[in-house]
Amino acid sequence: MHDKTLTELAAGLAAGEFSSRELTESLLARIERHDGDLNSFITVTPEQALAAADAADGARGEAGPLAGVPLALKDIFCTTGVKTSAGSRMLDNFVAPYDATVVEKLKAAGTVSLGKTNMDEFAMGSSNENSFYGPVKNPWDGSAVPGGSSGGSAAAVAAGLVPAAMGTDTGGSIRQPAAFCGITGLKPTYGRVSRYGIIAYASSLDQAGPMARTAEDCARLLGAIAGHDPRDSTSVARGVPDYTEELAAPLSGLKIGLPTEYFGEGLDPDVERAVREAIRVYESLGATVREVSLPHTHYAIPAYYVIAPAEASSNLARYDGVRFGHRCDAPADLTDLYKRSRAEGFGEEVQRRILMGTHTLSEGFFDAYYKKAQQVRRLIRQDFLDAFDEFDVLMGPASPTPAFDLGAKKDPVSMYLQDIYTIAINLAGIPGISVPAGFVGGRPVGLQILGTHFAEARLLNVAHQFQQATDWHLRRPALAEETL
Amino acid sequence: MQWETVIGLEVHVQLATRSKIFSGASTAFGAEPNSQACAVDLGMPGVLPVLNEAAVAMAVQFGLGIHAEIPEISVFDRKNYFYPDLPKGYQTSQMYHPIVGPGEVEITLEDGGTKAVRVHHAHLEEDAGKSLHEDFHGMTGIDLNRAGTPLLEIVSEPDMRSAREAAAYLKAIHSIVTYLGISDGNMAEGSMRCDVNVSVRPRGQEAFGTRAEIKNVNSFRFVERAIEYEVERQIELLEDGGEVVQETRLFDPEADETRSMRTKEQANDYRYFPCPDLLPVVLDQAYVDHLRETLPELPAAKRARFQEGLGLSAYDAGVLSASRAMAEFFEQVRDVCGDAKQAANWVQGELSGALNREGLPIEDSPVSARQLGELIARVIDGTINGKAAKQVFQALWHGEGSSADEVIEAKGLKQVTDTGAIEAMIDQVIADSPAQVAQYRDAEPDKRGKMIGYFVGQVMKASRGTANPQQVNALLKEKLDALC
Repeated sequence: MHDKTLTELAAGLAAGEFSSRELTESLLARIERHDGDLNSFITVTPEQALAAADAADGARGEAGPLAGVPLALKDIFCTTGVKTSAGSRMLDNFVAPYDATVVEKLKAAGTVSLGKTNMDEFAMGSSNENSFYGPVKNPWDGSAVPGGSSGGSAAAVAAGLVPAAMGTDTGGSIRQPAAFCGITGLKPTYGRVSRYGIIAYASSLDQAGPMARTAEDCARLLGAIAGHDPRDSTSVARGVPDYTEELAAPLSGLKIGLPTEYFGEGLDPDVERAVREAIRVYESLGATVREVSLPHTHYAIPAYYVIAPAEASSNLARYDGVRFGHRCDAPADLTDLYKRSRAEGFGEEVQRRILMGTHTLSEGFFDAYYKKAQQVRRLIRQDFLDAFDEFDVLMGPASPTPAFDLGAKKDPVSMYLQDIYTIAINLAGIPGISVPAGFVGGRPVGLQILGTHFAEARLLNVAHQFQQATDWHLRRPALAEETL
Repeated sequence: MQWETVIGLEVHVQLATRSKIFSGASTAFGAEPNSQACAVDLGMPGVLPVLNEAAVAMAVQFGLGIHAEIPEISVFDRKNYFYPDLPKGYQTSQMYHPIVGPGEVEITLEDGGTKAVRVHHAHLEEDAGKSLHEDFHGMTGIDLNRAGTPLLEIVSEPDMRSAREAAAYLKAIHSIVTYLGISDGNMAEGSMRCDVNVSVRPRGQEAFGTRAEIKNVNSFRFVERAIEYEVERQIELLEDGGEVVQETRLFDPEADETRSMRTKEQANDYRYFPCPDLLPVVLDQAYVDHLRETLPELPAAKRARFQEGLGLSAYDAGVLSASRAMAEFFEQVRDVCGDAKQAANWVQGELSGALNREGLPIEDSPVSARQLGELIARVIDGTINGKAAKQVFQALWHGEGSSADEVIEAKGLKQVTDTGAIEAMIDQVIADSPAQVAQYRDAEPDKRGKMIGYFVGQVMKASRGTANPQQVNALLKEKLDALC
């Protein structure tokens, strides 16, 4: 059953071909067997999962289209009664008394969470090597990273441990690991999905989204989690369309823009070849393709590494050892309590970004860094809006290289450059999706498709039509082929 | 040298919303520690603030009350610092775009004149929690009930020139916010407190001297005393050739002095930046206009109306408009009795005297405005005289009778105006006082006026105070003069 898509599983459950309990038990067994190597889960919750599965089985008939469907949650979504660590020692003992809105909605839809997936600490990273719980391995190649920060979610889906998982994307953290693991990952428009109960990294950039095998699966999941939430003031009050409705629309007449800046220096030639190959598929489906320039693209990484750490330095100030989370032993005084709790609780990359953010917000630097970065952000957004006047979608690689080896990138800046094609999308607040589009050296390559604000239905349609014409998304790592 | 004092005030007013500024938790005073703090107030991971519209409305009402500009857009910023009773590691406040722009508050000076004190701006912010040092041996407890309570911080220009003016300004603010009903103004419970900036400069000098900030002064009296002490300290320092250092000081009411708390060198860098969890507040004109229409008449307008419209003295108008409860009581008394001056005299005289003796606020007066108005009406229409009126008031105060008429009836205090009856009493008194009559007759005509008092007293006594004194006077004079 693990080789089926979420859509197929939902249909099978609805038709009574198997029960949610059977499905859940079989996936829990796969996790048991494989996750020791992969390390894609921080917490597995068999008891809760089976209880939810039984409830879904009991309600069959009246239940919604996702009832009984198993999935997993990045360990950044607060879940009542289950540890939510954000991949950090700081929250190793944190059990939230509330569900994130996304979790609440998925529960209401009848889905069955099998557990919480591994991630870079506080969603800071592009390789999933920054987790307190150790690195995740790429199911396609155990020596490669799965990408970050939703690496656990991506690996679990790719390995067939779950048909789908939830991730969050602040600078590419859904799309890049989706690309590295050969699955489909959608970052919706900022504000489309509530951030309530998602442990904040950079509030103005964070966005939750689905990770699954197909665009069709992502469409179903997005429909379940999208919508206005009165508890999140930045969530947008706008109706949620049926994202599956447009999936089948033909692509003839589709205008595709290829941002020049996404095909320049630093792009692995094999990745470029795969991406251009994918774009030719679109031409064969009736789309027209032209180059377009997004002139402020090269400012995206510097702007991001001012804005995101600035917000992070403030968002992470609450982890001070006073009320919850890690507290150092026998503090001498208040300052010692703060210093040691934070030094012990936070990993190196998190500390680095807190310090960067604190610096750029400091008196005398605020105008030069933070304000300037916000101005750049507006220019970047305008680049996209101008491009979408002309094009329906933009396409390019999700990442300049395929998954790299564990431990390969020692220098933080070379790691930051991994997100060169994804970061601007978060700064602009537009949606983006990564779909499997080939392999380089046995490691997957992702095609990134971008749309204007709230164009998720169109993106999913464009991604789905590609998946109707190709089979990259059907390829499975050896691990996932293995049945119990 | 002649010194001039320069004072500016930052007044923190707790707004009378039922729930907190960014959460649904209650703001009621005096509950069990931490029983009124929800996940948002505790700064739990992933939770988000939602702005309480009532706090916005109250801030705008205040702005309209001081004739301030109300900017269309205001923005919440984060003020970052670490303190155990600050749960999120930042306070959500408004730094760059406050909700209320420049305005003006009119204060009454000792000579009865008025002065306009400029308000620089007023902004909304959340309160922090409270550290409890006493109840825990060697440790500090944190009570977050107050965390998230809405505050309006009103920042004046340095327009005040004496401790008296500062106290008058504070009273004027108190009066405005309580008139508007946007704060209970209870200084003992911390609903209103202020930081005082004090400096001195040689009279005639344009430039400000170095200022000291006195934190958290919570009574009108303490404001005056703190400033007086501080002014004296600074002048002494300067005259001894010393220098005032910019610092934060605390007022100790026990010792009646201010003490250094921290100098500017140790001051925090708050790293303000716009809060990414909250959207800018956009106030459309219709909303502001609606609030303007619902605004009650404020103290300054009321004072002017009492003076010009009702013909009260400046002093009376000032006293009667000082609090909304007082003004409403007075106006009701006036409506019932139809005479503003009499109403003013009674409210400020007999009633205020009795209230002061018992330490009662006017809201708890045992004599209602209606009862007092009816009592005064009986004086005006001649049913009772002034002396009897005081008896009626005392009877009403002690709950003997539900209306003036009832007391007058029960106690037989109705004024005797029947000329025949009065004449009979006069004749009797003249007959009983031959010696006094002889004295009267022998006196110089211009001394007789004084001597008539004795006869009046006798007649009033004979009537048990109910005879009309004017009639008694006139008839006595007539009859005595006839004997001369």
